[in-house]
Amino acid sequence: MPSEHLLQVENVSKRFRVRGKTLHAVENVSFNLDSGKTLGLVGESGSGKSTLGRVALRLLDADGGRVLFQGHDIGRIPKKQLRELRRDMQVIFQDPQASLNPRMTVGAAIEDAYVIHKIGTKSDRQQRVEDLLQRVGLPPSAANAYPHELSGGQLQRVGIARALTLDPKLIVCDEVISALDVSIQMQVIQLLKELQKERNLGYIFISHNLAVVEYISDEIAVLYLGEVVEHAAAEDLFKKPSHPYTQVLLQSILKVPDPQSETTQALMHIKGEIPSPFSPPPGCTFHPRCPFAQDICRTKKPEPRDIGHGHVVSCHFAE
Amino acid sequence: MAVATVSTQSGAKPKRSRSQFAQAWRRYRRNYLAVGGLIWVIIFLIAGIIGPWIAPYSYSHTDFLNVNSPPTWQHIMGTDNLGHDMYSEILWSIRFALEIAFGATLVSFVIGIVLGLWAGMKGGIVDQIIMRLVDFMGAFPTFFFDLLLVVKFGRGMGPILMAIGITGWAGYARLIRGLVLSMRKGDMVEAATALGASQMHIARRYLLPNVMNQMAVSLAFGIPNDLTVMAGLSIVGMGLRPPMPSFGNLVAQAGSMMLGFPWMMYFPAGIFALTLLSYLFMADGLSEALNPRGGD
Repeated sequence: MPSEHLLQVENVSKRFRVRGKTLHAVENVSFNLDSGKTLGLVGESGSGKSTLGRVALRLLDADGGRVLFQGHDIGRIPKKQLRELRRDMQVIFQDPQASLNPRMTVGAAIEDAYVIHKIGTKSDRQQRVEDLLQRVGLPPSAANAYPHELSGGQLQRVGIARALTLDPKLIVCDEVISALDVSIQMQVIQLLKELQKERNLGYIFISHNLAVVEYISDEIAVLYLGEVVEHAAAEDLFKKPSHPYTQVLLQSILKVPDPQSETTQALMHIKGEIPSPFSPPPGCTFHPRCPFAQDICRTKKPEPRDIGHGHVVSCHFAE
Repeated sequence: MAVATVSTQSGAKPKRSRSQFAQAWRRYRRNYLAVGGLIWVIIFLIAGIIGPWIAPYSYSHTDFLNVNSPPTWQHIMGTDNLGHDMYSEILWSIRFALEIAFGATLVSFVIGIVLGLWAGMKGGIVDQIIMRLVDFMGAFPTFFFDLLLVVKFGRGMGPILMAIGITGWAGYARLIRGLVLSMRKGDMVEAATALGASQMHIARRYLLPNVMNQMAVSLAFGIPNDLTVMAGLSIVGMGLRPPMPSFGNLVAQAGSMMLGFPWMMYFPAGIFALTLLSYLFMADGLSEALNPRGGD
């Protein structure tokens, strides 16, 4: 396996022990990510998207499989080296307010990355902080503000600036826009796209907003109960969703109706709730909610199959 | 998909932030009881610092011609049955009270902060051991423990300070651990970890600053508590050894003279009570002023 990929995730699993029971958060997930590309992770709440993002950065330890970042197995390297490696992999959080220290000014929060890695002199750092703030569209004076004095959109820009401090190669964007007003969302997405082009960043973009994921991603992986049920290039996935779960998911997006067309959009919803990750159903995990479920689905777990052009689906009937 | 244009500058300029201290002070100032408490506490502190120099007599000086004297121009707070000038006794008491209460609180606080942070950050077995120790300290009658320590190590300043100090850390440790625990799994710590911060760095730059408010409040409650414990030790005869005066000694001694010479009780008990009350008002005011959800 050549190690030209920026990030290789191989058969990664993550389980949590909760009151004596085992929660299967991520099950046997693999994917590769190259520099300058975006992988979108979509799925319902509780499907393991965020956990997978954290395992990819080793903010959580994987229970099985391995994660290679630029060829290094980040599950194995010692703590000290890992801290160095963290310069190249960053994360942007859903709730920027919660991820910033309320007692630090925005400038200090961004500068802290340089303090941790002992980069530059005091004035040098301040200059860099100002440049970063400007780059993400904030006035340099924002450096003196405390997090509670900024709006959600401004704070998310601060979160982005902080993630950029150490010139990372990979950024995990964990639901970065879901806490923002719709009017701000597009600006932030646009900013992320620009930065990606400028710096050749690899993104893992976690979201449940399918429209945004389609817009920003090169590839998309659909997660259900911690497993990837479908993985394809963004275009393919939206043109030809092959897993029943993906199909229902896509049909649940509201589209602006075309006044010329007579057809009305058939909105589908999935019956029931995502099953308990403590005891995933046997066979195909989606069968209890699947409109096309057959007997085989209840007993035999479908293997991921390539149905052409790297379009991988875990369903017995996909073609 | 619509394409949005990005404005390079986003929205309003945040105004130059007023420091959190200034905001807290503005809230504190509105609470008259708390301001009154603060003023008395400051007077008490000043009296403790300069007391020994402005005291007209030494604490061991006895004016045997004016024994049990009521307040006069010579002895403005009267004298006791040995002719000690009560005003001087009280000034010296303040000095000793401050030294012991502040010293003991500092000892408790340092132990509490180290163990609390450690337990909260490490979790697991370390947390278990420390918290069982905290439970033990909580279940064991502290005052009895103080007495044992004083009996064992003597009745000087140092031993009393240490005795009160090393029995009082459990509350601080529990408080800090709880606060740290609530932050440890949060996004803030995760973000710092993602930047490559060490545990030490996270503790110092992220956790400690966020527990400081609650710490200041619990310190303000802790000092009067230690003052009370110290007086309690004196009252059962295990406080500072006479002739060193302390509020406990003065009050205990005045108890038996109460009917004949009440001024011996009024002054020390009054000043002591006022001090305790002032600390509590101050602590209450602090906890309101430092509460970030306290409005503007």
